Amino acid sequence: MAIVEVAGLVKEFDSGKVRAIDSVDLATKEGEYLVLLGPSGCGKTTLLRTIAGLEQPTSGQVLINDTVVTHLPPRARQIAMVFQSYALYPHKTVLGNIVFPLRAARVNPQERQRKAEWAAGLLGIEHLLARKPRQLSGGERQRVALARALVRDPQVFLLDEPLSNLDAKLRASARDELKRFQQEVGTTTIYVTHDQVEAMGLGDRIAVFSQGKVRQIGPPTEVYDDPADTFVATFIGSPPMNLVPDGEKLVGFRPEHLLPATVLNGDAMRIELAVQRLEYLSGDRHLYGTATGIGEPTRVISRLPATVTEPVEPGQTYDFAVNRDKVRYFDAASGLRTTS
Amino acid sequence: MKAKIADRDGALAWIFLMPSVVYILALVAVPFILAVGLAVSDVTAGDPSFNFVGGKNFEAAFSDPVFWRSLGNTFLFTSVSMVLIVILGKVVANILIADFKGKWFVRFLVLLPWTTPVTLGAISWLWLLDSIYSPIDWVLRQLGFLAPQGNGSNMYWLGEPGLAMLSVIAVHVWRLTPLAAVIMMAGLVAIPKDMDEAARIDGAGWWRRMFEVTIPMTLPVIAVAALFGAIFTFTDMAVVDVLTNGGPNNATQVLTSWAFFRGIDGGDIGQGAAVALFLFPLLMAAAIAILRAVRKLEVH
Repeated sequence: MAIVEVAGLVKEFDSGKVRAIDSVDLATKEGEYLVLLGPSGCGKTTLLRTIAGLEQPTSGQVLINDTVVTHLPPRARQIAMVFQSYALYPHKTVLGNIVFPLRAARVNPQERQRKAEWAAGLLGIEHLLARKPRQLSGGERQRVALARALVRDPQVFLLDEPLSNLDAKLRASARDELKRFQQEVGTTTIYVTHDQVEAMGLGDRIAVFSQGKVRQIGPPTEVYDDPADTFVATFIGSPPMNLVPDGEKLVGFRPEHLLPATVLNGDAMRIELAVQRLEYLSGDRHLYGTATGIGEPTRVISRLPATVTEPVEPGQTYDFAVNRDKVRYFDAASGLRTTS
Repeated sequence: MKAKIADRDGALAWIFLMPSVVYILALVAVPFILAVGLAVSDVTAGDPSFNFVGGKNFEAAFSDPVFWRSLGNTFLFTSVSMVLIVILGKVVANILIADFKGKWFVRFLVLLPWTTPVTLGAISWLWLLDSIYSPIDWVLRQLGFLAPQGNGSNMYWLGEPGLAMLSVIAVHVWRLTPLAAVIMMAGLVAIPKDMDEAARIDGAGWWRRMFEVTIPMTLPVIAVAALFGAIFTFTDMAVVDVLTNGGPNNATQVLTSWAFFRGIDGGDIGQGAAVALFLFPLLMAAAIAILRAVRKLEVH
């Protein structure tokens, strides 16, 4: 268990032409599950690789447990990493894969065997030890990769989109497994993903990345309910937050908070919604329409939960509303949060 | 609209296959059958009339001690060259994939021996290994390893049996290492970068990564490079012919050169063919081994 910290980290590629990481400061808590979330090309994987020691930062420091490790090779950092492809050694058996880090650390054979069995038991892959990686399913490969990471007693787990190679059905159960696994071993984990569902489901905290910068860091509820800027507001949430321009600011509200006026009570902001299209998705109704009455007429989305049974037809205009405590305001020029 | 010839798959298949069929028949099958026929005949340069003599040519070849010496030399040359070609080829392959300033120039230099025609390369080595004016000897003299003049001032690279063998092997290795390097480079490039990085994270040092990850993963490619190196050494006679002519005293005589001297220079075509035919089972084994290795590559 450890605290990983990066300070003033900058990573440039192509001799300064591309700035993948743009002075990032970030620290995990002990035993925390920190998720780095962002669109592809935002620098989150580069940050993970820099923490691992596979990339050298242009400037700035990487610290693990208050020790500067910036210029140490990966093997001196006591970290374990699970790659997107899992990177299992195809010519070695599952057991050979799992004990490889122990052999590299010159652990004696009995201890190696004991640790490998312990890790395999924890992940439920004892029966696969004699197989080769190509004989395994995607989910089994992930577990082997985790076991290989686990045997070294790393201070930190680094996971680079470990679920993206699995098919959609498997992903949900694999996600659940990852979470349970981390809770069991309690090791600090940094997890990179572009999938907000994974981030919301796994993270104790989420750091939202864009263009090499951390836009916001906080627990899932905080980044969802109180986004720091319009990027976070629209990147997280599906469908994303509605943003209605109103003079120098933007009025933001989540689709699930835009409801028929009749079902809301309390202090609400009135909105006229001209419904153009309706989608019926897993019990919810998604309404696509134009909002008027609060700033410029804007295309917005409303998500009506199954519990709201008000009849809605495309082509009609309805009285909708948003509770005032659900409304968020942003500066139109900078995109940052402002107060009302 | 009428179907054109380009629409008829059956006809097209034959048209496209024809050049290679003709090539294989005319330049592989016919000479091979001819060689088998000549090996059991008494055809000589002076008397080309065909008379069947059975295994007489083989008997004559086997009873000649030079044949056995050539066979032994062939195996020695081939195995030593192959090992050196693979080891040096691997080293050069690592240089070829490395990223550094001026790498195009290094790549160019590395590939040069392979692109040079064999005979031209061998002739320049003939000069480098000259008994009196060898630049290598000159360097050794300057470094004090050889006497400045008189006795012991020259190595006679191609005149001493051991040194002659060493020289021929060295030239083969020089010539074939680039080919092996390029083949192995292709194998190295195909390894996912993740593998090496995972091994680095797992705490493996350079040697462990090389011997436990890189080499096992490129083993089929290494096998292909080794077999190509072996076949090209095994079947080559230009280097021996130019450098030593099989000498001194048959110390560098190999099967190919012996077949040539017997059959073409000596005029005993039947016996030349018999000696040459002896290469066939060995080459066939090598070809099967190559195909197997390639098959293994495809499976991965």
